[in-house]
Amino acid sequence: MPLRAARPPGDASGPPGPEEPRDVTWRRLRRMFTARATRANVLAAILTLALGFAIATQIQQNQEVELSTLRQDELVRVLADVNQRAARLDQQARELEGQRNELQSGADRAQAATEQAQARLDRLAVLAGTVQATGPGIRVTISDPNGGIRASALLDVLQELRDAGAEVVQFGTVRIVAGSFFADAGTSVTVDGQSLTRPFVVLAIGDPQTLASAMNIPGGIVDSVKRVGAAARVDQLGTVNIDALHTPKTPRYAQAVPEPSTAPTPR
Amino acid sequence: MIPAIGLLVGVVVGLLLHPTVPLWLQPYLPIAVIAALDAVFGGVRAILDGIFVDKVFVVSFLSNVVVAAFIVLLGDQLGVGSQLSTGVVVVLGIRIFSNVAAIRRHLFKA
Repeated sequence: MPLRAARPPGDASGPPGPEEPRDVTWRRLRRMFTARATRANVLAAILTLALGFAIATQIQQNQEVELSTLRQDELVRVLADVNQRAARLDQQARELEGQRNELQSGADRAQAATEQAQARLDRLAVLAGTVQATGPGIRVTISDPNGGIRASALLDVLQELRDAGAEVVQFGTVRIVAGSFFADAGTSVTVDGQSLTRPFVVLAIGDPQTLASAMNIPGGIVDSVKRVGAAARVDQLGTVNIDALHTPKTPRYAQAVPEPSTAPTPR
Repeated sequence: MIPAIGLLVGVVVGLLLHPTVPLWLQPYLPIAVIAALDAVFGGVRAILDGIFVDKVFVVSFLSNVVVAAFIVLLGDQLGVGSQLSTGVVVVLGIRIFSNVAAIRRHLFKA
């Protein structure tokens, strides 16, 4: 403390020297703290009150609203940040929307494929005779009191029905499928190994008129069964229920050749 | 004594009332607060030096606040507001430090 000796008492420019007793400082402080309501003192109090108020206000302001205290360039930067983030979120939203659409259309396609497969299954099941079938058609009843009807005659009936567009045919209790066969067994006739009982009842689904006329044409089935002493009656029905089922056998020798994968799946 | 009580009361009122700083005042309030703090510390130092005068304190307080606000205003108009604010804060900070150092020497002789 170089100015210690030269310092005049009460000079504010330097630190107090050791010759100034410690009591003086505290006495001054005490004297100041005794309230003296001079006008200037009150004015100073008002000012410090305002200062305290301002400090508290400013601190709270700073803690609450950060944006409002920022300067222009900082605000510009914040705005740019926000814009960038918005753009990024926008893009994300678009991506997710696209994904959602993709998944939805995928689900639609899968459903369409399922429906198509189901329709195909129904078609094939009717053909294979594994499901019951119903629809308009005819019933042919062949009464054969003399036993003149042989397997070949029944085969002719089937041929004639198929020729006329019969879609599903049942002989007695036997569903006729692609592998069905007729055979003579003594006096009776068997279909697929099951013997038919007389009178033979044949059910066929198809256009009833076409089927009936195919049966009735001159030289057709009705005529030919008459020649062997039998009688055939043809009934056109609005609804023919074919309830006989065929149990398909797993082929022992034949193997399916898979479709080439490049072939477009039917839609 | 009265000014010290005033400071405390001001802080409490500010905390309780939770006021909002008007927009036009927002750039100047922090600087004004720093300037007023400088005046207050200068006043305390003057008390300890035995040269405190009420009128001087009031005038220096007001002039400090006004000049600080004016400098910031001028800086904003010139486009160097943030730099000038920093400069004012630095200068006032140095003054506060030196005042506090003088007070410390008075009270603790160290």
